[in-house]
Amino acid sequence: MTEAGDYTASELLSVMSGRLLEDGQCVFAGVGVPLLAATLAQRLHGPGLTILFEGGVLGPFVVPGELPPSTNEQRCTRRANMLLTITDVLLLLQRGYVDVGFMGGAQIDRHGNLNSSFIGDPADPAIRLPGSGGGNDISSLTQMIVAMRHEKRRFVEAVDFVTSPGYLAGGPSRREAGLVAGGTYRVVTDLAILGFDGETRQMMVKALHPGVSPEQVRDNTGFDIAIDADVATTEPPSARELAVLRELDPDRLYTA
Amino acid sequence: MVRSYLELRQDTADRDRSLREKVMSLDEAAALVSDGDHVALGGCTMSRTPLAMIWALIRARRKNLMVSRSITSTEGDLLFASGVSRHILTSWFSQGIVWGISKVMRHYTESGQARFEEWSHMSIGLRYRAGAMGLPFLPTRSMMGSDVAGLLPDIKEMECPYTGERLTLLPALNPDIALIHVQRCDAYGNAQLDGLPFMDADIAMAANRVILTTERIVSNDQIRRSPDQTKIPFFTVEAVVEVPFGSAPHECYGLYEPFFDNLDAYAAMTRQDAARGVTEYLERYFYEPASWADYLGLLGIDSILDASRRGRSIYND
Repeated sequence: MTEAGDYTASELLSVMSGRLLEDGQCVFAGVGVPLLAATLAQRLHGPGLTILFEGGVLGPFVVPGELPPSTNEQRCTRRANMLLTITDVLLLLQRGYVDVGFMGGAQIDRHGNLNSSFIGDPADPAIRLPGSGGGNDISSLTQMIVAMRHEKRRFVEAVDFVTSPGYLAGGPSRREAGLVAGGTYRVVTDLAILGFDGETRQMMVKALHPGVSPEQVRDNTGFDIAIDADVATTEPPSARELAVLRELDPDRLYTA
Repeated sequence: MVRSYLELRQDTADRDRSLREKVMSLDEAAALVSDGDHVALGGCTMSRTPLAMIWALIRARRKNLMVSRSITSTEGDLLFASGVSRHILTSWFSQGIVWGISKVMRHYTESGQARFEEWSHMSIGLRYRAGAMGLPFLPTRSMMGSDVAGLLPDIKEMECPYTGERLTLLPALNPDIALIHVQRCDAYGNAQLDGLPFMDADIAMAANRVILTTERIVSNDQIRRSPDQTKIPFFTVEAVVEVPFGSAPHECYGLYEPFFDNLDAYAAMTRQDAARGVTEYLERYFYEPASWADYLGLLGIDSILDASRRGRSIYND
């Protein structure tokens, strides 16, 4: 293993996506890597980062080693500023209090649409996935960061089913569908950080992680993807970032 | 789809809404639920799940309930496998992210034996809220452009008469019965909740009637000393059942966290052969025990103490 390989893919995802969150923002985080990355950001550079969970939690500090099985258990409520109903916490997205929605994804396409409902034909699916949860609401109502593994079967030309809308068919189609705010802002993977062209709304590479080649990204993406010749490279996870992350998830519940 | 407003009011007017005692057994409360009813479940995922009431309905072999819940965990598997429900309306359905996708949910939905009707989390909340408000629908800016909405013929859109914007309309949900588990209530059904309130107050107001299970029954005097803590009023409630550990193996805020050993065992039992594993689990934990106390005995005193220690730790500094 090289020095850059001394962490798991999930740890890399957590560190890289945590860096995108800024002190003072309100971030609506899903369970797993998003919860972990947002908590990591709070501890490293964003003590004023406000986390919201769809279970009805506003501004908690999750306790290291006590990660919740979903965002609906009492472990999510530690040192929170407020507990409110599910409907009311989700309505904060609609009202415009949330800067960033942050979640994982099973399948994403060229235009940043996410599928967490069906693999195959929805009428006769090969796999019935767990579904939207708050994903559809979060992606409909605010700017999104998605953290997921970079694999060809996950990065597809068009998702089998749009559970959580990104830019739909690209161009102005999201706005035309009535979704006047938000959109997929960044996709963070174990290979790269990706964004979207301002006009076509097609996914493009913003930066490669250390040791990752453009070919590796192309080989693991199910559609043509733009990569600039002088594309940036991210800084590898620091010893401090990894130490704090491992303190938060000592049992590797989310970072196996 | 949407209940007639006058019929909804009539059902409420026909109920005895007086301040009266409603304490009964699990079996007596189960008899209030009829085959085919729309039953809404309080709590969310593994929190304050009305597990004891579900346990009683499975043992009473109720059939064809239409069940709705914000997010569905293992109780959905058990409702499918027991035949109590073959239609669950929810936003997310699996045991929990750390156990992966539910093999039982997959078995029943992919084979077409049961239906998982998917709505977004907030849209379910707004549907209950519309029901609680006595309105036929509420508008939202969510759900537009997605295939989730595309699969749901009951979703309509409108042009806002004030701004001209496109809005999604969500039809009201008025369940026949709501099953809600709480930390404490009085014999009349005034319920006080600790921790996460989820959608429970809206569900109680939207439903035609509520069956409350409670960790303990307190006096009406105690309720009246802190009426600000009362989240569900007595006149929505038809039955009060005192059931300690009534959400086990799920959690009840401030009292016990999930029983992880039982939940790990359930995941292991259903991993290879989902249908057989869930049948064995139902046989062992649902059909065989003579009583709720026997069921808790099967979970084991060690597990109860461990879940309680973790649950009460929320109040530690």
